[in-house]
Amino acid sequence: MGYVLKKEAFDQVIRELGKTYRIYAPVVKTGEGRFTDVDVVRYDFVGSAEEIELDKKSDYAFKELLTPLSETLFYFTENAVKEADKDPREALVFLRSCDLHAVKRLDQIYLANGREQDPFYKRVRDQLHFVLIGCAGSFDNCFCVDMGTNRSESGYVFSVDRSGEDYFCDVKEDAFRALFAAEGAEADVTPRYVTENPVHVSVPETVPVSIYKHELWDEYTARCINCGRCNFVCPTCTCYTMQDVFYTDNGRVGERRRVGASCMVDGYTNVAGGGQYRRTNGERMRFKVLHKIHDFRKRFGYDMCVGCGRCDDVCPEYISFSACINKVEKAVREEAADHE
Amino acid sequence: MSNPYIPFPSEILEVIQHTAKEYTFRMKYVGEVKPGQFFEVSMPKYGEAPISVSGIGPDYVDLTIRKVGRVTGEVFEHYAGQSLLLRGPYGNGFDIALYEHGEVVVVAGGTGVSPVRGVISALAETSDAGDKHVIVGFRSPDDMLFRADLKDWAEKLDLILTVDGAPEDYTGNIGLVTKYIPDLPLRDPATAQAVVVGPPPMMRFSVQGLLQKGFKEENIWVSQERKMCCGLGKCGHCRIGMNYVCLDGPVFNYTQSKDMLD
Repeated sequence: MGYVLKKEAFDQVIRELGKTYRIYAPVVKTGEGRFTDVDVVRYDFVGSAEEIELDKKSDYAFKELLTPLSETLFYFTENAVKEADKDPREALVFLRSCDLHAVKRLDQIYLANGREQDPFYKRVRDQLHFVLIGCAGSFDNCFCVDMGTNRSESGYVFSVDRSGEDYFCDVKEDAFRALFAAEGAEADVTPRYVTENPVHVSVPETVPVSIYKHELWDEYTARCINCGRCNFVCPTCTCYTMQDVFYTDNGRVGERRRVGASCMVDGYTNVAGGGQYRRTNGERMRFKVLHKIHDFRKRFGYDMCVGCGRCDDVCPEYISFSACINKVEKAVREEAADHE
Repeated sequence: MSNPYIPFPSEILEVIQHTAKEYTFRMKYVGEVKPGQFFEVSMPKYGEAPISVSGIGPDYVDLTIRKVGRVTGEVFEHYAGQSLLLRGPYGNGFDIALYEHGEVVVVAGGTGVSPVRGVISALAETSDAGDKHVIVGFRSPDDMLFRADLKDWAEKLDLILTVDGAPEDYTGNIGLVTKYIPDLPLRDPATAQAVVVGPPPMMRFSVQGLLQKGFKEENIWVSQERKMCCGLGKCGHCRIGMNYVCLDGPVFNYTQSKDMLD
C-alpha cells in the first residue's frame, strides 16, 4: 500500500519514527570531503527528514553500521573477558536498491559462510530494518542494471521517492501503515528504479586459471597506489583484521577490536616470519576483482559486486572497476578463441 | 548465543623444547581433534596466531610454536606455570583412514612436520609400516623437531631424515627433500597416497617430483598456511579463489589446490 505525503508530513513521520528507532541515513557533510571545500555524503544518525540526502549517491556505504571501521569486540580485564555493550535500539537504515542487495552479500559472509554465525554482526543485523530510497536516474559510474541489483521488490519496510514537494512511499510493513495513513493520502506507489545505466559491463561466465597470469593485470601494478579506498567504500567488502589495544596506564586491561581490512593494502597476506602472498598491486586487483565477479559466485551462486560504482567514484588514480570487468571478459573471450 | 571469538583458557601441562626457537606446548584439551587442524592461540595485548595441532592425546593437544612473530614471541616470554587462551579447533584436518593401507609417502619440511606428526605416528603403528615412506627435512641439524619421534619412526617405517645444510662432521643425509623422491622404493606409485607439507617452494617441487614418479594428482594431499584473523570464514585473509583455507582446508587435495592461485 502506498501513500503520498507533503514535506512537513514526511518530516513528521521521521520524527515519530525517531522516538522508537535510530535512523541511519546518507547525510551531506559540508566541507568534510577529501579536498578543501568539498562535501561528502556519508552515513550518520538523523533526527529529521531534512537531514536525509535523498538525491545524491552516498560516497560511503551504509555498511559501517554493521561492520564499523573499528569495532571493539570485547574487553580483557586481568583474567576476565567481557563482550562489548551494544545499543539495544532497533534501527532504520535508508539505502538504495544496490545497497539493499549488498546486505544479502554481507549476510552471506557473516551469517552463512562456515559453521558459525558471527555474533557481533548478528546482534546488530537483527535490529535493522531497511528503507528503500528510489532512484530517479542513474548516477555516475553506476552499473546496477547489468549486475541485476537495480530493483528491489521486497526487504524494505517502506520506500521513499521525492518529487518536488511530494514524498511517495510504498509501505510494506503493516506496523508502519497507521503512521503514514495519518500523515498522507493513499496512492498507488511503486519505488522508482533505474532501467538504463550509461556504463555497461559483461561479466564472464567463468574465468579460467590462465587469466590469473594475464598481462591485463600489469596495468594496475603501474597505476594502483594500494590506498584501499575502493574496499572501504564498497558495500560488499567484509574483510577485517583483529587488533589488540591495551591501556598504557594499566597493561592488564585492554580490548580486542576488529578493524576494516583491505586486500589492496600492504600486510593483508603477511604471515609471521615475513611470508607474503600477493606483492604487486596487479595481483591484488585481480584478487579483488575476481572475488566480486567470479569467486564469490562459484561459492554462493550469485555475484558479489552490486554495481554501485563507488570504487570508481573514489579512486584517486581514476581506475575503473567496470572497465576492468570488461577487460577480463575480453581476455576470457580471446583465450577461448585461441583454443578453438 | 555462544561467542566463538571468545577464547578459553587451557592449562599448559608440559613444555618440550626442540630448538632455541621452537617449543611444543602440551595444552589441556578434551574434545575431538584431527591432525592438520589448528587452534588460534590468543595473547591479549598481542593478538592471535593460528597454530597447527602437532599431537593429540586423550586430554591434551600439542601445539608446536616457533618464536617468529609478535604473538608467538609473547607466548615464549610468559608461559611459565600458566595457561594459554585458545579458540578452535578449526579446519578440516587429515583423513588418516586414507593412509592406513597401501603405499604412502609423506614429505614434510621444517615446521611443516607439526601438522603431519599425528599422521606419521599413525602410519608407524600400521601393520604394513614398511610401505610407509617418510621424508623429513630441516634446515640444519640444530633445527630438528620431534627428535624422540624421529628415532621411533626410523625404527618402524621407512624414514629419510635430511637437512639442507650441516657442519662438515655431520654424518646424516644432506640435501633437499626433493632429492629423495625419485629413488623411493615404491611398487606402484599410481595407487600410492602422498602428503606434502612445508614452505610453498618445497611443496611445489615435491609435488612435481611425485607426479614425475607416477603419482596421480588425486592421491596427493597438501596443507596450506595463510594469514588468518578468525578461523571462522569471516575475516577474508585466508581466501584463495572460492576457497577459505580455514574452512575448506588447510588440507586440500592436489586436484583442487593446483588451481588455487593466490
